[in-house]
Amino acid sequence: MEMLVVNNLYKSFGGVKAVSNINMKIEEGQIVGLIGPNGAGKTTFFNLLTGIYSPSSGDIVYKLNQEVSSCNFKPSKMVKYGVARTFQNIRLFKDMTVLDNVLIGYHNNFKYNLFTSLFRFPSFFKHEESAYNEVIDLLKEFNLYDKKDVLAKNLPYGEQRKVEIARALASKPKLLLLDEPAAGMNPNETRELTELIKWIRDEFELTVILIEHDMSLVMDLCDDIFVFNYGTLLAKGTPEQIQHNPKVIKAYLGGE
Amino acid sequence: MKILGKKNIITLIIILSVYLVVGLLMNIGIIDSYIQLNMVLIGVNIILAIGLNLITGFTGQFSLGHAAFMSIGAYASGIATAKLGQPFIVGIIAAALCAAAAGILIGIPTLRLKGDYLAIATLGFAEIVKIIGLNNSYIGGAIGLNDIPQYTNWTWLYISVVGTIMLAYNFVNSYHGRACISIREDEIAAEAMGVNTTYYKILVFTIGAFLAGIAGALYANYFFFIKPDTFGFMKSVDILVIVVFGGMGSITGSIVGAVVLSIITIFLQGVPELRMVIYAVVLFLIMVYRPQGIMGDKEFKLFNKEGVLDGNVSSK
Repeated sequence: MEMLVVNNLYKSFGGVKAVSNINMKIEEGQIVGLIGPNGAGKTTFFNLLTGIYSPSSGDIVYKLNQEVSSCNFKPSKMVKYGVARTFQNIRLFKDMTVLDNVLIGYHNNFKYNLFTSLFRFPSFFKHEESAYNEVIDLLKEFNLYDKKDVLAKNLPYGEQRKVEIARALASKPKLLLLDEPAAGMNPNETRELTELIKWIRDEFELTVILIEHDMSLVMDLCDDIFVFNYGTLLAKGTPEQIQHNPKVIKAYLGGE
Repeated sequence: MKILGKKNIITLIIILSVYLVVGLLMNIGIIDSYIQLNMVLIGVNIILAIGLNLITGFTGQFSLGHAAFMSIGAYASGIATAKLGQPFIVGIIAAALCAAAAGILIGIPTLRLKGDYLAIATLGFAEIVKIIGLNNSYIGGAIGLNDIPQYTNWTWLYISVVGTIMLAYNFVNSYHGRACISIREDEIAAEAMGVNTTYYKILVFTIGAFLAGIAGALYANYFFFIKPDTFGFMKSVDILVIVVFGGMGSITGSIVGAVVLSIITIFLQGVPELRMVIYAVVLFLIMVYRPQGIMGDKEFKLFNKEGVLDGNVSSK
């Protein structure tokens, strides 16, 4: 079933057409890769998907928890709609512990109100405890349990990436957007990450959309690939098709 | 973790016994009126500093207008008790609610601003409040509001301070408080995780103003007399100094900061010519050698970590 439909999406900044005429349909349960040269509009597209920008024209429709279109997008509401993301330059809460970082991801699943927290009514303890248990389970699955009390800024780079993904998963999304998850990783870490993303997709029954420059990861992982160039969609297809597409080769390597 | 667990009972016993012992010492005259006056000042400063710490230390919103909320609270309580003859509890509630309402009113437009811009906007707000006070003849204008009944006593002070500490601690250690800290750490990421940043900024601003209102009421009903100049820019800076000195993001830090700075001031009253110089040097040294403040973002805790939910948000 389609869970994301993009119709004639267009976004300009002044005279610059950052993204134009994008049409896309993404099926549930897929891992979709967005590739393209720097400045091709991939991150702008991500920011449109997560409500940080609103489209100049065209629209985006999610069919996840409920059907919503981009006129109702707001960054803080995307989690409620079932969309969670990570960032190109890791944006962890650096002076908070790993546990607290992931608990922030759980934010929208808390149900008690302000007065309950101020006066610590019994439901406060009940909700905090169940949240704590769920987050601890998640940390164990990510092999981060031992580090739950470490400040996020003191973790090595690869683990910071993992915490960021765990934080996004704590919000119980249906769609996970990963912005260059393998940036700055060595081949070993990239291989681990590839396995991790596959495992996440199966374990949490997610759809994953990722931006990536590391072709080995993209070709290994993705069911479908969209190639961006100068803000438009250049090509779409399976990894096989993309590898042999003359237009893509020309955009990346140059040519006649 | 139960409400009537061992920890809570011990905490309650300590809170009650401090109250009774100090009350007794006051009755038999060991704590004289001069010390009492300073205790009121310390208590008021603790409440103010905790309120500002929630805004600046925990949520990362730099406010330079905290004294304005205290001013609104002081005048609200002054009017309620002196002009309308209401009991103190009405004065305190009126003070807290008026200040909180002002907090919402000011928070909605200004909290779209960030960093320096927010500081200037709150500074401007504080000046506006002062000017309104100076030009309003109903509350005495520049002469000030006189003959406020002295209702503030040890009981009111203690309840207000302990209540403030407990509410602030509970708030910070709930998911609401964590959301506020995440705004300080990274606003964009917080928003992407579903934290409604505007809502939480206005919320802490309102809570901070609410507490400042209570502090204002305690102040007004102890010193009989208030005038707009008391709550000027320098008062806002004093509160900010306590917060930074004690440690941004630490409730214990605000308490320690308020107590230490007040004690320094008391001792320096013996050398009036050098008072401000020494005060400034102390602040300077602390900031050079311990820029995170006395407590950093750590909290003092009576108990070790044991229960699952005992983990503290900001301290390590």
